Amino acid sequence: MYIAVPAEILGIILPLLLGVAFLVLAERKVMAFVQRRKGPDVVGSFGLLQPLADGLKLILKEPISPSSANFFLFRMAPVATFMLSLVAWAVVPFDYGMVLSDLNIGLLYLFAISSLGVYGIIIAGWSSNSKYAFLGALRSAAQMVSYEVSIGLILITVLICVGSCNLSEIVMAQKQIWFGIPLFPVLVMFFISCLAETNRAPFDLPEAEAELVAGYNVEYSSMGSALSFLGEYANMILMSGSCTSLSSGGWSPILDLPISKKIPGSIRFSIKVILFSFLYIWVRAAFPRYRYDQSMGSGRKVFLPLSLARVVPVSGVSVTFQWLP
Amino acid sequence: MILSVLSSPALVSGLMVARAKNPVHSVLFPIPVFRDTSGLLLLLGLDFSAMIFPVVHIGAIAVSFLFVVMMFHIQIAETHEEVLRYLPVSGIIGLILWWEMFFILDNETIPLLPTHRNTTSLRYTVHAGKVRSWTNLETLGNLLYTYYSVWFLVPSPILLVAMIGAIVLTMHRTTKVKRQDVFRRNAIDSRRTIMRRTTDPLTPPRRPCLR
Repeated sequence: MYIAVPAEILGIILPLLLGVAFLVLAERKVMAFVQRRKGPDVVGSFGLLQPLADGLKLILKEPISPSSANFFLFRMAPVATFMLSLVAWAVVPFDYGMVLSDLNIGLLYLFAISSLGVYGIIIAGWSSNSKYAFLGALRSAAQMVSYEVSIGLILITVLICVGSCNLSEIVMAQKQIWFGIPLFPVLVMFFISCLAETNRAPFDLPEAEAELVAGYNVEYSSMGSALSFLGEYANMILMSGSCTSLSSGGWSPILDLPISKKIPGSIRFSIKVILFSFLYIWVRAAFPRYRYDQSMGSGRKVFLPLSLARVVPVSGVSVTFQWLP
Repeated sequence: MILSVLSSPALVSGLMVARAKNPVHSVLFPIPVFRDTSGLLLLLGLDFSAMIFPVVHIGAIAVSFLFVVMMFHIQIAETHEEVLRYLPVSGIIGLILWWEMFFILDNETIPLLPTHRNTTSLRYTVHAGKVRSWTNLETLGNLLYTYYSVWFLVPSPILLVAMIGAIVLTMHRTTKVKRQDVFRRNAIDSRRTIMRRTTDPLTPPRRPCLR
């Protein structure tokens, strides 16, 4: 028991870190191809060793800490961000029974972890002792909190259709049909709220480079910024993972063909997660940035009422026609 | 052992909330308290409440405190720190809360409380009802929306009043702001707002008099 659990944990974290590293490369290359240029392709063939070069650069860089920053908080904030994005992977099911911790309240656990993710950002911004970093952190945090409400309501919508917070249960309830097909607008809203939750484009004004010079990250130099960055991308993959578990049938086969049954469930899950991550990058390349008041306005005045307006009919229809599970 | 691992940091952090010099540290110390309380709830088997704690207490309440406290100017806040003058009132409040704690303590775990000496400790369990195991969520839902539905609905106007109160308290004269009406702007027709006049090219335009 004392070997199996750490081995399982390593088996989730190591591929996740590799995935994050290559997602950074994938983002640069995909955005480049959208913009009709080639991304990084000097380092390895097709630029595949680029994450290695990036990691090496970041490790060898000189760490600078601002003079009057609160030392402990300054160091711990990116660590907290990164830790939270890794910890949430404990409940994500990769295959039938392939989940680190089969919590009966797994959905609520994911929600709790994304609520806690706000802290890393606020503390990073405040402890940098710089007005711009603080402003960027506050804006980022306010946006995350607003879109979290919308995420919570959409999670409730899926929860009503399933009847249990257990993520494996949710995936197995999608055997007949994925939830993304009858509840497709819910999937779209969930995806957009996930974009805003992880501060990704087009909602990334708090950390845009042209506007606020990387927002709350501005005072971090090498490993601090690397950790924040990795935490953000790990969060991105986590949100893609929860998108697939909740609405695209996490490890269910695509159609009931014998071919797709031969591919192991975790590979099917990974393919769907990759598709959602690609969608993240595609959206970043395609759309202009929302201004901050527009993004907050749409979060509170558009997404919150819309998600609420999806909970009510779904629950009403389920109760009326006795389709409650 | 897990109990002591969880509860001792909670106690220490609770004390540090009052003792920390930096106000931001003093607002960040409730986070270990909430986290450890959530762990204690997990040990008690209340998984739903244990997950609601991070969401509500850490993710919303402590964040709101943090937003306010971070606006303070740290040097000024740190020098005005004479803690002992708070002792009379805070001591009384602390004693009242300590006394209230004994109302909630479960009498079965303290069998020698003077109030319950006459009852027996026999309990009649219906084993047939224990065959199906209900999750925490199901049990809460079964009770909260049926027998205690009034208690569930009453907090919502309370929260509404609190929200409106917060907005009313902090609203400036934002009602006097000049705003554009977008629909009116889009409905402007150039034919009705711009007048065209032809000027006669033969008569010279009037020049201002130079003297």
